[in-house]
Amino acid sequence: MISNLINRKIFTLLKVQYSNMLEYRVEIALWAISGIIPFFMLNIWTNNNLNESINISDVLLSRYFLCAFFVRQFSVVWVVFSFEEDSLMGKISPYLIQPLNPFFRYFAQHLAEQITRFPFALIIAFVFFIFNPESIWIPNLGILILSILSTFLSFLIQFLIQSILACLCFWTERASSIERLLFIPTLFLSGLLAPVVSFPAYVKSWIYLTPFPYLIDFPANLLSGNETNISRGLSMQILWIFLLFPLFKKIWSEGTKKYTAMGS
Amino acid sequence: MVQNIIDVRNLSKSFDISSKEPGLKGTIKHFFRRQTKSLKVIKDISFEIKEGEIVGFLGANGAGKTTILKMLCGLIYPSEGSILVSGYLPFRRKENFLKKITLIMGQKQQLIWDLPPIESFYLNASIYDLDKFEAKKRIKKLSEMLEIDEELFIPVRKLSLGQRMKSELLAALIHEPNILFLDEPTLGLDINAQRNLRKFLQIYNKETNATICLTSHYMKDITSLCKRVICVHEGAISYDGKLDLLLKKLSPVKEILIVCRSEEDSIKLQNYGFTVKNKTKNEITIEIENNSITSSLKTILNNFDIEDLFINEPPIDEVIGKVLIKKDYDI
Repeated sequence: MISNLINRKIFTLLKVQYSNMLEYRVEIALWAISGIIPFFMLNIWTNNNLNESINISDVLLSRYFLCAFFVRQFSVVWVVFSFEEDSLMGKISPYLIQPLNPFFRYFAQHLAEQITRFPFALIIAFVFFIFNPESIWIPNLGILILSILSTFLSFLIQFLIQSILACLCFWTERASSIERLLFIPTLFLSGLLAPVVSFPAYVKSWIYLTPFPYLIDFPANLLSGNETNISRGLSMQILWIFLLFPLFKKIWSEGTKKYTAMGS
Repeated sequence: MVQNIIDVRNLSKSFDISSKEPGLKGTIKHFFRRQTKSLKVIKDISFEIKEGEIVGFLGANGAGKTTILKMLCGLIYPSEGSILVSGYLPFRRKENFLKKITLIMGQKQQLIWDLPPIESFYLNASIYDLDKFEAKKRIKKLSEMLEIDEELFIPVRKLSLGQRMKSELLAALIHEPNILFLDEPTLGLDINAQRNLRKFLQIYNKETNATICLTSHYMKDITSLCKRVICVHEGAISYDGKLDLLLKKLSPVKEILIVCRSEEDSIKLQNYGFTVKNKTKNEITIEIENNSITSSLKTILNNFDIEDLFINEPPIDEVIGKVLIKKDYDI
Protein backbone atom coordinates (compact mmCIF):
# COMPACT_ATOMS: atom_id res chain seq x y z
CA MET A 1 0.00 0.00 0.00
CA ILE A 2 2.68 2.50 1.10
CA SER A 3 4.97 1.48 -1.74
CA ASN A 4 2.04 1.84 -4.15
CA LEU A 5 1.43 5.38 -2.98
CA ILE A 6 5.12 6.25 -3.26
CA ASN A 7 5.20 4.67 -6.69
CA ARG A 8 2.21 6.74 -7.76
CA LYS A 9 3.85 9.92 -6.47
CA ILE A 10 7.13 9.05 -8.18
CA PHE A 11 5.35 8.09 -11.38
CA THR A 12 3.43 11.39 -11.48
CA LEU A 13 6.60 13.32 -10.62
CA LEU A 14 8.42 11.49 -13.39
CA LYS A 15 5.65 12.21 -15.89
CA VAL A 16 5.56 15.90 -15.01
CA GLN A 17 9.34 16.24 -15.00
CA TYR A 18 9.55 14.46 -18.35
CA SER A 19 7.10 16.98 -19.83
CA ASN A 20 9.22 19.71 -18.31
CA MET A 21 12.45 18.24 -19.71
CA LEU A 22 10.96 18.03 -23.18
CA GLU A 23 10.75 21.81 -23.06
CA TYR A 24 14.56 21.79 -22.86
CA ARG A 25 15.25 19.12 -25.49
CA VAL A 26 17.87 21.15 -27.39
CA GLU A 27 19.77 21.86 -24.19
CA ILE A 28 19.65 18.17 -23.30
CA ALA A 29 20.93 17.18 -26.75
CA LEU A 30 23.87 19.55 -26.23
CA TRP A 31 24.52 18.05 -22.81
CA ALA A 32 24.54 14.58 -24.36
CA ILE A 33 27.05 15.70 -26.98
CA SER A 34 29.20 17.34 -24.32
CA GLY A 35 29.63 13.94 -22.65
CA ILE A 36 31.82 12.51 -25.40
CA ILE A 37 35.03 12.63 -23.36
CA PRO A 38 35.34 8.77 -23.42
CA PHE A 39 35.68 8.94 -27.23
CA PHE A 40 38.62 11.35 -26.93
CA MET A 41 40.17 8.99 -24.41
CA LEU A 42 39.65 6.07 -26.78
CA ASN A 43 41.50 8.01 -29.46
CA ILE A 44 44.43 8.69 -27.13
CA TRP A 45 44.60 5.05 -26.03
CA THR A 46 44.46 3.50 -29.48
CA ASN A 47 46.76 6.02 -31.19
CA ASN A 48 49.43 5.35 -28.58
CA ASN A 49 48.80 1.58 -28.42
CA LEU A 50 48.35 1.89 -24.67
CA ASN A 51 45.88 -0.99 -24.68
CA GLU A 52 48.67 -3.48 -25.36
CA SER A 53 50.02 -2.92 -21.87
CA ILE A 54 46.77 -4.16 -20.32
CA ASN A 55 46.01 -6.90 -22.85
CA ILE A 56 42.77 -5.45 -24.17
CA SER A 57 42.11 -5.56 -27.90
CA ASP A 58 41.24 -2.42 -29.85
CA VAL A 59 37.70 -3.69 -30.33
CA LEU A 60 37.10 -4.41 -26.65
CA LEU A 61 38.62 -1.06 -25.70
CA SER A 62 36.41 0.85 -28.12
CA ARG A 63 33.36 -1.02 -26.75
CA TYR A 64 34.51 -0.16 -23.22
CA PHE A 65 34.68 3.57 -23.95
CA LEU A 66 31.35 3.52 -25.80
CA CYS A 67 29.80 1.82 -22.75
CA ALA A 68 31.53 4.32 -20.45
CA PHE A 69 29.86 7.05 -22.51
CA PHE A 70 26.46 5.34 -22.09
CA VAL A 71 26.90 4.72 -18.36
CA ARG A 72 27.96 8.34 -17.88
CA GLN A 73 24.92 9.55 -19.84
CA PHE A 74 22.58 7.66 -17.53
CA SER A 75 24.31 8.26 -14.22
CA VAL A 76 25.32 11.89 -14.37
CA VAL A 77 24.10 13.82 -11.32
CA TRP A 78 23.90 17.54 -10.60
CA VAL A 79 21.61 17.59 -7.58
CA VAL A 80 24.13 19.47 -5.42
CA PHE A 81 24.04 22.46 -7.77
CA SER A 82 20.23 22.50 -8.09
CA PHE A 83 19.73 22.06 -4.37
CA GLU A 84 22.29 24.71 -3.49
CA GLU A 85 20.55 27.27 -5.67
CA ASP A 86 17.07 26.33 -4.47
CA SER A 87 18.14 26.32 -0.87
CA LEU A 88 19.92 29.67 -1.01
CA MET A 89 17.03 31.31 -2.86
CA GLY A 90 14.44 29.80 -0.52
CA LYS A 91 12.83 27.91 -3.41
CA ILE A 92 12.69 24.66 -1.46
CA SER A 93 10.50 26.23 1.24
CA PRO A 94 7.14 25.26 -0.36
CA TYR A 95 8.42 21.72 -0.99
CA LEU A 96 9.65 21.27 2.58
CA ILE A 97 6.11 21.51 3.90
CA GLN A 98 4.71 18.95 1.48
CA PRO A 99 4.44 15.31 2.50
CA LEU A 100 7.22 14.25 0.13
CA ASN A 101 10.94 14.74 0.64
CA PRO A 102 12.10 17.41 -1.87
CA PHE A 103 14.91 15.09 -2.99
CA PHE A 104 12.28 12.95 -4.71
CA ARG A 105 11.67 15.93 -7.01
CA TYR A 106 15.34 16.10 -7.92
CA PHE A 107 15.44 12.33 -8.30
CA ALA A 108 12.52 12.43 -10.74
CA GLN A 109 14.13 15.37 -12.54
CA HIS A 110 17.30 13.32 -13.10
CA LEU A 111 15.41 10.25 -14.28
CA ALA A 112 13.29 12.34 -16.62
CA GLU A 113 16.40 13.95 -18.03
CA GLN A 114 17.94 10.53 -18.63
CA ILE A 115 14.87 9.38 -20.53
CA THR A 116 15.04 12.56 -22.62
CA ARG A 117 18.74 11.96 -23.30
CA PHE A 118 18.23 8.37 -24.45
CA PRO A 119 17.45 9.03 -28.15
CA PHE A 120 20.35 11.49 -28.42
CA ALA A 121 22.72 8.97 -26.86
CA LEU A 122 21.50 6.35 -29.35
CA ILE A 123 22.23 8.70 -32.26
CA ILE A 124 25.76 9.31 -30.94
CA ALA A 125 26.27 5.54 -30.60
CA PHE A 126 25.01 5.06 -34.15
CA VAL A 127 27.55 7.62 -35.44
CA PHE A 128 30.25 5.86 -33.40
CA PHE A 129 29.44 2.54 -35.07
CA ILE A 130 29.60 4.11 -38.54
CA PHE A 131 33.24 5.03 -37.83
CA ASN A 132 33.98 1.83 -35.87
CA PRO A 133 31.93 -0.92 -37.55
CA GLU A 134 34.18 -3.64 -36.06
CA SER A 135 32.95 -2.61 -32.60
CA ILE A 136 29.33 -3.53 -33.25
CA TRP A 137 28.10 -6.20 -30.85
CA ILE A 138 24.85 -7.33 -29.30
CA PRO A 139 25.09 -8.11 -25.59
CA ASN A 140 22.96 -11.01 -24.38
CA LEU A 141 19.72 -10.17 -22.59
CA GLY A 142 20.97 -11.21 -19.14
CA ILE A 143 24.06 -9.02 -19.41
CA LEU A 144 21.97 -6.15 -20.77
CA ILE A 145 19.59 -6.33 -17.80
CA LEU A 146 22.46 -6.54 -15.29
CA SER A 147 24.19 -3.61 -17.00
CA ILE A 148 21.05 -1.48 -16.80
CA LEU A 149 20.73 -2.45 -13.14
CA SER A 150 24.36 -1.60 -12.35
CA THR A 151 24.09 1.70 -14.24
CA PHE A 152 21.02 2.56 -12.16
CA LEU A 153 22.89 1.57 -8.97
CA SER A 154 25.80 3.76 -10.10
CA PHE A 155 23.33 6.63 -10.54
CA LEU A 156 21.93 5.96 -7.05
CA ILE A 157 25.42 6.03 -5.49
CA GLN A 158 26.25 9.32 -7.19
CA PHE A 159 22.85 10.75 -6.32
CA LEU A 160 23.30 9.84 -2.65
CA ILE A 161 26.86 11.22 -2.49
CA GLN A 162 25.76 14.50 -4.04
CA SER A 163 22.62 14.65 -1.88
CA ILE A 164 24.76 14.30 1.24
CA LEU A 165 26.99 17.10 0.01
CA ALA A 166 23.93 19.13 -0.97
CA CYS A 167 22.63 18.90 2.61
CA LEU A 168 25.80 20.67 3.73
CA CYS A 169 24.10 23.78 2.30
CA PHE A 170 22.33 23.94 5.63
CA TRP A 171 25.68 24.68 7.29
CA THR A 172 27.74 26.28 4.55
CA GLU A 173 26.34 28.34 1.71
CA ARG A 174 28.67 26.88 -0.92
CA ALA A 175 28.32 23.11 -0.62
CA SER A 176 29.03 22.69 -4.33
CA SER A 177 32.67 23.68 -3.74
CA ILE A 178 33.04 20.56 -1.58
CA GLU A 179 31.65 18.54 -4.49
CA ARG A 180 34.53 19.85 -6.62
CA LEU A 181 36.93 18.06 -4.28
CA LEU A 182 35.32 14.82 -5.41
CA PHE A 183 35.51 15.72 -9.07
CA ILE A 184 39.18 14.73 -9.52
CA PRO A 185 38.95 11.26 -7.89
CA THR A 186 35.68 10.67 -9.76
CA LEU A 187 37.31 11.59 -13.04
CA PHE A 188 40.41 9.44 -12.59
CA LEU A 189 39.22 6.53 -10.46
CA SER A 190 35.79 5.91 -11.98
CA GLY A 191 37.11 4.59 -15.29
CA LEU A 192 36.03 7.54 -17.37
CA LEU A 193 39.55 8.35 -18.55
CA ALA A 194 41.05 4.86 -18.32
CA PRO A 195 39.81 1.41 -17.33
CA VAL A 196 40.67 0.79 -13.69
CA VAL A 197 42.45 -2.42 -14.74
CA SER A 198 45.20 -0.22 -16.22
CA PHE A 199 46.24 1.05 -12.76
CA PRO A 200 49.15 -0.60 -10.88
CA ALA A 201 48.07 -3.57 -8.74
CA TYR A 202 48.69 -1.92 -5.34
CA VAL A 203 46.67 1.18 -6.39
CA LYS A 204 43.87 -0.98 -7.76
CA SER A 205 43.46 -2.84 -4.47
CA TRP A 206 42.75 0.51 -2.79
CA ILE A 207 40.59 1.88 -5.57
CA TYR A 208 38.23 -1.09 -5.35
CA LEU A 209 37.50 -0.22 -1.73
CA THR A 210 36.14 3.20 -2.77
CA PRO A 211 32.81 3.75 -4.55
CA PHE A 212 34.50 5.25 -7.63
CA PRO A 213 35.19 2.16 -9.82
CA TYR A 214 31.55 1.11 -9.41
CA LEU A 215 30.36 4.35 -10.98
CA ILE A 216 31.56 3.76 -14.56
CA ASP A 217 34.28 1.13 -14.80
CA PHE A 218 32.19 -1.78 -13.48
CA PRO A 219 28.95 -1.15 -15.45
CA ALA A 220 30.96 -0.32 -18.61
CA ASN A 221 33.04 -3.49 -18.36
CA LEU A 222 29.90 -5.50 -17.72
CA LEU A 223 28.06 -4.14 -20.75
CA SER A 224 31.04 -4.26 -23.11
CA GLY A 225 31.73 -7.91 -22.32
CA ASN A 226 35.11 -7.28 -20.69
CA GLU A 227 36.19 -9.52 -17.89
CA THR A 228 34.69 -8.43 -14.58
CA ASN A 229 33.52 -9.93 -11.32
CA ILE A 230 29.74 -9.37 -11.57
CA SER A 231 28.70 -10.52 -8.10
CA ARG A 232 31.44 -8.52 -6.38
CA GLY A 233 30.64 -5.43 -8.44
CA LEU A 234 26.91 -5.52 -7.74
CA SER A 235 27.47 -6.35 -4.06
CA MET A 236 29.83 -3.40 -3.67
CA GLN A 237 27.34 -1.09 -5.35
CA ILE A 238 24.55 -2.25 -3.02
CA LEU A 239 26.87 -2.01 -0.02
CA TRP A 240 27.72 1.62 -0.83
CA ILE A 241 24.02 2.44 -1.19
CA PHE A 242 23.34 0.86 2.21
CA LEU A 243 26.16 2.88 3.74
CA LEU A 244 25.25 6.18 2.12
CA PHE A 245 21.46 6.12 2.57
CA PRO A 246 21.38 6.27 6.42
CA LEU A 247 24.09 8.92 6.29
CA PHE A 248 21.92 10.98 3.95
CA LYS A 249 18.88 10.53 6.22
CA LYS A 250 20.83 11.62 9.29
CA ILE A 251 22.40 14.67 7.66
CA TRP A 252 19.02 15.64 6.14
CA SER A 253 17.24 15.46 9.47
CA GLU A 254 19.99 17.46 11.25
CA GLY A 255 20.32 19.92 8.37
CA THR A 256 16.64 20.85 8.11
CA LYS A 257 16.81 21.99 11.75
CA LYS A 258 19.37 24.54 10.58
CA TYR A 259 17.30 25.71 7.62
CA THR A 260 16.60 29.43 7.83
CA ALA A 261 14.40 29.74 4.73
CA MET A 262 16.63 32.48 3.39
CA GLY A 263 15.30 34.52 0.52
CA SER A 264 11.70 33.89 1.43
CA MET B 1 -16.72 25.98 22.64
CA VAL B 2 -14.30 26.72 19.84
CA GLN B 3 -10.99 24.92 20.25
CA ASN B 4 -7.56 26.51 20.07
CA ILE B 5 -5.94 25.22 16.91
CA ILE B 6 -2.66 27.08 17.41
CA ASP B 7 -1.00 27.36 20.78
CA VAL B 8 2.30 29.21 21.09
CA ARG B 9 4.13 29.46 24.41
CA ASN B 10 7.26 31.53 25.13
CA LEU B 11 8.50 31.17 21.59
CA SER B 12 11.89 32.61 20.66
CA LYS B 13 14.08 32.34 17.59
CA SER B 14 17.69 33.34 17.20
CA PHE B 15 19.81 33.42 14.05
CA ASP B 16 23.58 33.42 13.86
CA ILE B 17 24.62 36.40 11.79
CA SER B 18 28.18 36.99 10.62
CA SER B 19 29.34 40.57 10.48
CA LYS B 20 32.13 42.16 8.46
CA GLU B 21 33.81 45.53 8.78
CA PRO B 22 33.92 47.55 5.55
CA GLY B 23 37.03 47.82 3.36
CA LEU B 24 39.96 45.58 2.50
CA LYS B 25 41.16 45.34 6.09
CA GLY B 26 37.74 44.19 7.18
CA THR B 27 37.61 41.63 4.36
CA ILE B 28 41.00 40.13 5.29
CA LYS B 29 40.06 40.05 8.96
CA HIS B 30 36.76 38.41 8.03
CA PHE B 31 38.59 35.78 5.93
CA PHE B 32 40.81 34.67 8.80
CA ARG B 33 38.54 35.23 11.72
CA ARG B 34 34.83 35.18 11.08
CA GLN B 35 32.80 36.94 13.70
CA THR B 36 29.26 35.75 14.24
CA LYS B 37 26.73 36.97 16.69
CA SER B 38 23.42 35.52 17.73
CA LEU B 39 20.50 37.75 16.88
CA LYS B 40 17.22 37.12 18.69
CA VAL B 41 14.54 37.90 16.11
CA ILE B 42 11.56 36.51 18.03
CA LYS B 43 11.45 37.26 21.73
CA ASP B 44 9.41 35.12 24.07
CA ILE B 45 6.01 35.43 22.42
CA SER B 46 2.82 33.59 23.41
CA PHE B 47 -0.61 33.53 21.80
CA GLU B 48 -3.45 31.19 20.84
CA ILE B 49 -5.58 31.09 17.72
CA LYS B 50 -8.99 29.49 17.60
CA GLU B 51 -10.28 27.25 14.85
CA GLY B 52 -11.84 29.27 12.01
CA GLU B 53 -10.24 32.57 13.07
CA ILE B 54 -8.58 34.89 10.57
CA VAL B 55 -5.67 36.60 12.27
CA GLY B 56 -3.54 39.32 10.71
CA PHE B 57 0.10 39.73 11.72
CA LEU B 58 1.13 43.36 11.52
CA GLY B 59 4.58 44.82 11.77
CA ALA B 60 7.28 46.78 10.00
CA ASN B 61 9.75 45.05 7.66
CA GLY B 62 12.01 42.79 9.70
CA ALA B 63 9.70 42.83 12.74
CA GLY B 64 9.48 39.02 12.70
CA LYS B 65 6.02 38.33 11.21
CA THR B 66 7.27 35.98 8.49
CA THR B 67 9.59 34.19 10.91
CA ILE B 68 6.59 33.48 13.14
CA LEU B 69 4.63 32.06 10.18
CA LYS B 70 7.62 29.94 9.14
CA MET B 71 7.83 28.45 12.63
CA LEU B 72 4.08 27.85 12.78
CA CYS B 73 4.14 25.84 9.57
CA GLY B 74 7.27 23.91 10.54
CA LEU B 75 9.61 25.40 8.00
CA ILE B 76 12.11 26.58 10.57
CA TYR B 77 13.03 25.24 13.96
CA PRO B 78 12.27 27.34 17.07
CA SER B 79 15.17 28.15 19.39
CA GLU B 80 13.06 28.17 22.56
CA GLY B 81 9.46 27.66 23.61
CA SER B 82 6.73 25.47 22.27
CA ILE B 83 4.31 25.48 19.34
CA LEU B 84 1.33 23.20 18.90
CA VAL B 85 -0.59 23.43 15.65
CA SER B 86 -3.64 21.21 15.41
CA GLY B 87 -2.07 19.04 18.11
CA TYR B 88 1.23 18.59 16.24
CA LEU B 89 4.73 19.92 16.79
CA PRO B 90 5.13 21.65 13.41
CA PHE B 91 8.85 21.09 13.00
CA ARG B 92 8.46 17.32 13.08
CA ARG B 93 6.61 17.71 9.78
CA LYS B 94 4.50 14.61 10.24
CA GLU B 95 2.61 13.66 7.10
CA ASN B 96 -0.79 14.13 8.76
CA PHE B 97 0.21 17.60 9.92
CA LEU B 98 1.50 18.62 6.50
CA LYS B 99 -1.78 17.51 4.94
CA LYS B 100 -3.65 19.96 7.18
CA ILE B 101 -1.65 23.08 6.41
CA THR B 102 -0.49 25.21 3.54
CA LEU B 103 1.90 28.12 3.20
CA ILE B 104 1.59 30.70 0.47
CA MET B 105 4.35 33.22 0.03
CA GLY B 106 3.57 36.09 -2.28
CA GLN B 107 7.10 36.25 -3.62
CA LYS B 108 7.75 32.50 -3.93
CA GLN B 109 6.21 30.06 -6.30
CA GLN B 110 5.84 26.33 -6.41
CA LEU B 111 4.32 26.02 -9.88
CA ILE B 112 6.56 24.52 -12.57
CA TRP B 113 7.57 27.51 -14.65
CA ASP B 114 7.54 25.98 -18.13
CA LEU B 115 4.40 23.86 -17.80
CA PRO B 116 0.74 24.81 -17.55
CA PRO B 117 -0.54 25.06 -13.94
CA ILE B 118 -2.77 22.02 -14.43
CA GLU B 119 0.36 19.80 -14.44
CA SER B 120 1.45 21.19 -11.06
CA PHE B 121 -2.07 20.70 -9.70
CA TYR B 122 -2.12 17.01 -10.62
CA LEU B 123 1.38 16.62 -9.22
CA ASN B 124 0.32 18.19 -5.92
CA ALA B 125 -2.80 16.03 -5.92
CA SER B 126 -0.69 12.89 -6.11
CA ILE B 127 1.71 14.19 -3.44
CA TYR B 128 -1.30 14.62 -1.15
CA ASP B 129 -2.63 11.16 -2.09
CA LEU B 130 -5.72 12.37 -3.93
CA ASP B 131 -7.03 10.11 -6.67
CA LYS B 132 -7.53 11.54 -10.14
CA PHE B 133 -11.30 11.80 -9.81
CA GLU B 134 -11.11 13.71 -6.52
CA ALA B 135 -8.31 15.93 -7.88
CA LYS B 136 -10.39 16.78 -10.94
CA LYS B 137 -13.39 17.64 -8.76
CA ARG B 138 -11.35 19.93 -6.51
CA ILE B 139 -9.57 21.63 -9.41
CA LYS B 140 -12.96 22.35 -10.99
CA LYS B 141 -14.42 23.71 -7.77
CA LEU B 142 -11.41 25.88 -6.87
CA SER B 143 -10.92 27.16 -10.42
CA GLU B 144 -14.57 28.26 -10.47
CA MET B 145 -14.16 30.02 -7.14
CA LEU B 146 -10.96 31.69 -8.32
CA GLU B 147 -12.39 32.42 -11.75
CA ILE B 148 -9.58 30.80 -13.70
CA ASP B 149 -10.29 28.56 -16.63
CA GLU B 150 -8.23 28.78 -19.83
CA GLU B 151 -5.22 29.85 -17.76
CA LEU B 152 -4.97 26.31 -16.43
CA PHE B 153 -3.61 25.17 -19.78
CA ILE B 154 -1.17 28.01 -20.50
CA PRO B 155 2.49 27.69 -19.39
CA VAL B 156 3.02 29.47 -16.07
CA ARG B 157 5.70 31.73 -17.55
CA LYS B 158 3.08 33.24 -19.88
CA LEU B 159 0.53 34.06 -17.16
CA SER B 160 0.10 37.49 -15.61
CA LEU B 161 1.05 37.96 -11.97
CA GLY B 162 -2.60 37.89 -10.90
CA GLN B 163 -3.33 34.71 -12.86
CA ARG B 164 -0.17 33.14 -11.46
CA MET B 165 -1.10 34.02 -7.90
CA LYS B 166 -4.55 32.49 -8.35
CA SER B 167 -2.92 29.36 -9.73
CA GLU B 168 -0.49 29.30 -6.80
CA LEU B 169 -3.44 29.51 -4.48
CA LEU B 170 -5.19 26.64 -6.24
CA ALA B 171 -2.03 24.51 -6.05
CA ALA B 172 -1.68 25.27 -2.36
CA LEU B 173 -5.32 24.51 -1.55
CA ILE B 174 -5.90 21.39 -3.60
CA HIS B 175 -5.55 19.20 -0.51
CA GLU B 176 -8.16 21.33 1.30
CA PRO B 177 -5.99 22.38 4.24
CA ASN B 178 -7.73 23.72 7.31
CA ILE B 179 -4.89 26.00 8.36
CA LEU B 180 -3.61 28.57 5.88
CA PHE B 181 -0.43 30.55 6.41
CA LEU B 182 -0.39 33.43 3.97
CA ASP B 183 2.67 35.63 3.74
CA GLU B 184 1.94 38.73 1.65
CA PRO B 185 -0.49 36.89 -0.64
CA THR B 186 -1.51 40.03 -2.53
CA LEU B 187 2.02 41.34 -3.10
CA GLY B 188 2.29 42.99 -6.50
CA LEU B 189 -1.34 42.36 -7.50
CA ASP B 190 -3.53 45.09 -8.97
CA ILE B 191 -6.53 46.40 -7.03
CA ASN B 192 -9.06 44.11 -8.73
CA ALA B 193 -6.92 41.03 -8.29
CA GLN B 194 -6.38 41.92 -4.62
CA ARG B 195 -10.13 42.30 -4.11
CA ASN B 196 -10.88 38.97 -5.83
CA LEU B 197 -8.29 37.19 -3.73
CA ARG B 198 -9.71 38.62 -0.52
CA LYS B 199 -13.22 37.63 -1.60
CA PHE B 200 -11.99 34.12 -2.30
CA LEU B 201 -10.31 33.82 1.12
CA GLN B 202 -13.50 35.00 2.83
CA ILE B 203 -15.55 32.37 1.00
CA TYR B 204 -12.97 29.65 1.67
CA ASN B 205 -12.95 30.51 5.37
CA LYS B 206 -16.75 30.52 5.50
CA GLU B 207 -17.18 27.25 3.62
CA THR B 208 -14.43 25.23 5.28
CA ASN B 209 -14.05 26.98 8.65
CA ALA B 210 -10.33 27.14 7.89
CA THR B 211 -8.02 29.07 10.19
CA ILE B 212 -6.05 31.76 8.37
CA CYS B 213 -2.86 33.47 9.56
CA LEU B 214 -2.01 36.36 7.31
CA THR B 215 0.73 38.93 6.95
CA SER B 216 0.28 41.82 4.57
CA HIS B 217 1.45 45.34 4.06
CA TYR B 218 -1.83 46.18 2.30
CA MET B 219 -4.10 47.41 5.06
CA LYS B 220 -7.16 46.58 3.02
CA ASP B 221 -6.22 42.88 3.28
CA ILE B 222 -6.13 43.16 7.04
CA THR B 223 -9.23 45.31 7.50
CA SER B 224 -11.45 43.29 5.20
CA LEU B 225 -10.33 39.84 6.39
CA CYS B 226 -9.18 40.02 9.99
CA LYS B 227 -11.20 40.75 13.09
CA ARG B 228 -8.13 40.07 15.20
CA VAL B 229 -4.58 41.33 14.70
CA ILE B 230 -1.28 40.51 16.34
CA CYS B 231 1.16 43.40 16.10
CA VAL B 232 4.81 42.46 16.12
CA HIS B 233 7.46 45.00 17.01
CA GLU B 234 11.14 43.99 17.01
CA GLY B 235 10.27 40.34 17.58
CA ALA B 236 7.85 40.89 20.45
CA ILE B 237 4.06 41.17 20.46
CA SER B 238 3.01 44.78 21.00
CA TYR B 239 -0.72 44.18 20.63
CA ASP B 240 -2.95 41.13 20.35
CA GLY B 241 -6.67 41.76 20.11
CA LYS B 242 -9.56 43.05 18.07
CA LEU B 243 -8.70 45.28 15.14
CA ASP B 244 -11.56 47.74 15.72
CA LEU B 245 -10.48 48.19 19.34
CA LEU B 246 -6.98 48.99 18.19
CA LEU B 247 -8.26 51.48 15.65
CA LYS B 248 -10.40 53.18 18.28
CA LYS B 249 -7.46 53.37 20.62
CA LEU B 250 -5.13 54.70 17.97
CA SER B 251 -7.61 57.06 16.49
CA PRO B 252 -9.99 58.35 19.16
CA VAL B 253 -11.18 61.30 17.06
CA LYS B 254 -13.00 61.84 13.76
CA GLU B 255 -12.47 64.73 11.37
CA ILE B 256 -15.58 66.71 10.39
CA LEU B 257 -15.61 69.06 7.44
CA ILE B 258 -18.37 71.63 7.78
CA VAL B 259 -19.44 73.93 4.96
CA CYS B 260 -21.28 76.96 6.44
CA ARG B 261 -23.65 79.10 4.41
CA SER B 262 -21.75 82.26 5.45
CA GLU B 263 -18.22 83.06 6.46
CA GLU B 264 -19.63 84.72 9.55
CA ASP B 265 -20.96 81.40 10.79
CA SER B 266 -17.67 79.69 10.12
CA ILE B 267 -15.87 82.32 12.25
CA LYS B 268 -18.42 81.81 15.01
CA LEU B 269 -17.88 78.05 14.80
CA GLN B 270 -14.13 78.54 14.94
CA ASN B 271 -14.45 80.30 18.27
CA TYR B 272 -17.01 77.85 19.71
CA GLY B 273 -14.48 75.66 21.50
CA PHE B 274 -13.92 72.79 19.04
CA THR B 275 -10.44 71.68 18.03
CA VAL B 276 -9.99 73.31 14.63
CA LYS B 277 -7.69 71.60 12.19
CA ASN B 278 -8.21 73.77 9.15
CA LYS B 279 -10.27 76.75 7.98
CA THR B 280 -10.77 78.32 4.57
CA LYS B 281 -13.43 80.95 3.99
CA ASN B 282 -16.75 79.27 4.90
CA GLU B 283 -15.27 75.75 5.24
CA ILE B 284 -13.94 74.52 8.54
CA THR B 285 -12.45 71.17 9.62
CA ILE B 286 -12.77 70.21 13.27
CA GLU B 287 -11.80 67.15 15.34
CA ILE B 288 -14.38 65.53 17.60
CA GLU B 289 -13.86 62.63 19.97
CA ASN B 290 -15.63 59.43 18.92
CA ASN B 291 -17.76 59.28 22.08
CA SER B 292 -19.20 62.80 21.67
CA ILE B 293 -19.94 62.82 17.94
CA THR B 294 -23.74 62.73 18.25
CA SER B 295 -24.04 65.50 20.84
CA SER B 296 -21.51 67.72 19.07
CA LEU B 297 -23.25 67.36 15.73
CA LYS B 298 -26.58 68.20 17.36
CA THR B 299 -25.08 71.39 18.79
CA ILE B 300 -23.60 72.39 15.44
CA LEU B 301 -26.80 71.75 13.47
CA ASN B 302 -28.96 73.61 16.00
CA ASN B 303 -26.74 76.66 16.33
CA PHE B 304 -25.27 77.22 12.89
CA ASP B 305 -26.56 77.55 9.34
CA ILE B 306 -24.88 74.56 7.70
CA GLU B 307 -24.84 73.91 3.95
CA ASP B 308 -23.01 70.56 4.00
CA LEU B 309 -21.16 68.27 6.37
CA PHE B 310 -18.68 65.39 5.92
CA ILE B 311 -17.47 62.94 8.57
CA ASN B 312 -14.07 61.47 7.73
CA GLU B 313 -12.33 58.47 9.26
CA PRO B 314 -8.59 59.05 9.50
CA PRO B 315 -6.71 57.03 6.80
CA ILE B 316 -6.27 53.47 8.03
CA ASP B 317 -2.70 53.23 6.72
CA GLU B 318 -1.78 56.26 8.81
CA VAL B 319 -3.37 54.78 11.90
CA ILE B 320 -1.85 51.33 11.53
CA GLY B 321 1.47 52.94 10.70
CA LYS B 322 1.61 54.09 14.31
CA VAL B 323 1.50 50.44 15.45
CA LEU B 324 4.58 49.60 13.46
CA ILE B 325 6.74 52.01 15.38
CA LYS B 326 5.36 51.64 18.87
CA LYS B 327 6.46 48.99 21.33
CA ASP B 328 3.36 48.39 23.39
CA TYR B 329 -0.39 48.96 23.22
CA ASP B 330 -2.10 48.34 26.48
CA ILE B 331 -5.80 48.13 25.68
